Amino acid sequence: MTQKEKGWKEISPAGVCWKPSTQFLTGDWKTYTPVRDPAKCTRCLLCVIFCPDGAIRWKPEANDIEFDLNFCKGCGICANECPTKAIEMKLE
Amino acid sequence: MKSVVKQEVLALNGDEAVAYAAKQSDVDVVAAYPITPQTIIVERFSEYVANGEVETQFVCTESEHSALTACLAASVTGARAFTASASAGLALMHEMLFVTSGCRAPVVMAIANRALSAPLNIHGDHSDTMAQRDSGWIQIYVENAQEAYDSVIQAFKIAENPEVLLPAIVGLDGFTLSHTLENVHVLPDDVVRKFIGVRQFITVINHEGKAVPFRLDPENPTTMGPIALPNYYFEFKRQQEEAMRNALKVISQVNDEYAEISGRKYGDGLLEPYHIGDAEIGIVCLGSTAGTVKSVVDELRAKGVKAGLLRMRTFRPFPVKGVVEALENVKAIAVMDRSMSFGGNGGPVFQEVRNALYDSQKRPQIVNYIYGLGGRDTNPTQIHGIFKDLQRIIEKGRVENLVNFVGLRE
Repeated sequence: MTQKEKGWKEISPAGVCWKPSTQFLTGDWKTYTPVRDPAKCTRCLLCVIFCPDGAIRWKPEANDIEFDLNFCKGCGICANECPTKAIEMKLE
Repeated sequence: MKSVVKQEVLALNGDEAVAYAAKQSDVDVVAAYPITPQTIIVERFSEYVANGEVETQFVCTESEHSALTACLAASVTGARAFTASASAGLALMHEMLFVTSGCRAPVVMAIANRALSAPLNIHGDHSDTMAQRDSGWIQIYVENAQEAYDSVIQAFKIAENPEVLLPAIVGLDGFTLSHTLENVHVLPDDVVRKFIGVRQFITVINHEGKAVPFRLDPENPTTMGPIALPNYYFEFKRQQEEAMRNALKVISQVNDEYAEISGRKYGDGLLEPYHIGDAEIGIVCLGSTAGTVKSVVDELRAKGVKAGLLRMRTFRPFPVKGVVEALENVKAIAVMDRSMSFGGNGGPVFQEVRNALYDSQKRPQIVNYIYGLGGRDTNPTQIHGIFKDLQRIIEKGRVENLVNFVGLRE
């Protein structure tokens, strides 16, 4: 607990969030990291749709996907769903 | 009290009195599941809905767990929500009781106090609510149907107070109060509506850094109660404790304000003293038993015996200061518990009353009587017996049996 944490008189009741959940980085929970082979990837975006944490984004300007490892929990659903087996889950 | 309004007298049992109070309290949502001896409350209320006498959304749920969940969900959107239960129904709500108080949702719930299984028993005792005493709900125990009516109306005003924002239970003894017909004075609808008023919302800072009303609203999104890890959970619990401390003051204020319109007052809202001021021997109890004790006190006083009663109307928050002030000059005190804390040092009321008196320099003699479990009748002869015990304790100068059982066969 750092000095920056607020005291009970400063926070809103009932656990009302005073900052967005995106500021709470949960990526360090994972044991496995997705590693993609760009050569095998067809940009079908199934992994973007299946990721339960929204941790894979489509970047239209780059015509490519991007893993946000700040939120990826390493569940491996992307690797499982990938039709070309372009994603491998590697032990951290 | 010149502002006391003219009131109609209706013949209502305790459950009907509760339903009538809820009907007048402009409740938006009632979600409920029937259970004896509470069933009449939601039955009557559903008739009001069917007859178009209220604009309430009535939700029939598949369990008490769901009933309270629906009330909580309604309450956090800003609606006024009410439900009722008893015994196993309240026990099934256990998880959601904590979620409701943790979300600071001012739901009001009437409990027709009933024993818990096994063995199955539908009759009155306080085992159900006492088992939930640490769930963060205000607990008010009433003496008669009139007080049940009055307390439900007051409970909305207490629970919704911005300094409190806690859910509240109004407990009425199963059958003794829930099913017994009394003359009940009822206020006019508009007077009740005005007394409670519309819900006010405190302002909170949401995740976008905006100041918004404390309720779920798509126009002003907020998230409440999602998760708090070891670095914040404790702070939220401390806030609930502060709300309970604030409730002590608010319950008294609401009791006073209600007296101005109704002419009825229950002590200071927390404790109702009855000849306890100069008493040498005194009883502490909750609920309908207080009526029996009062009549015994009258008989003893007529004979010159300095007997008294302290009726605990509010058990949560526990009125420590008032208990000490009322009891420290009494020589011997009997605390009556209508529930057991198996393996504990006496019943829950006894434990806390005795605890409160620890800091008093005078330290009166104090003894516990467990009584009336599963609807076992408690009669004036037994109350006389308790007062006689207290006189013997004064003569001997000590308590021999700390925990006693009244009306139990050996």
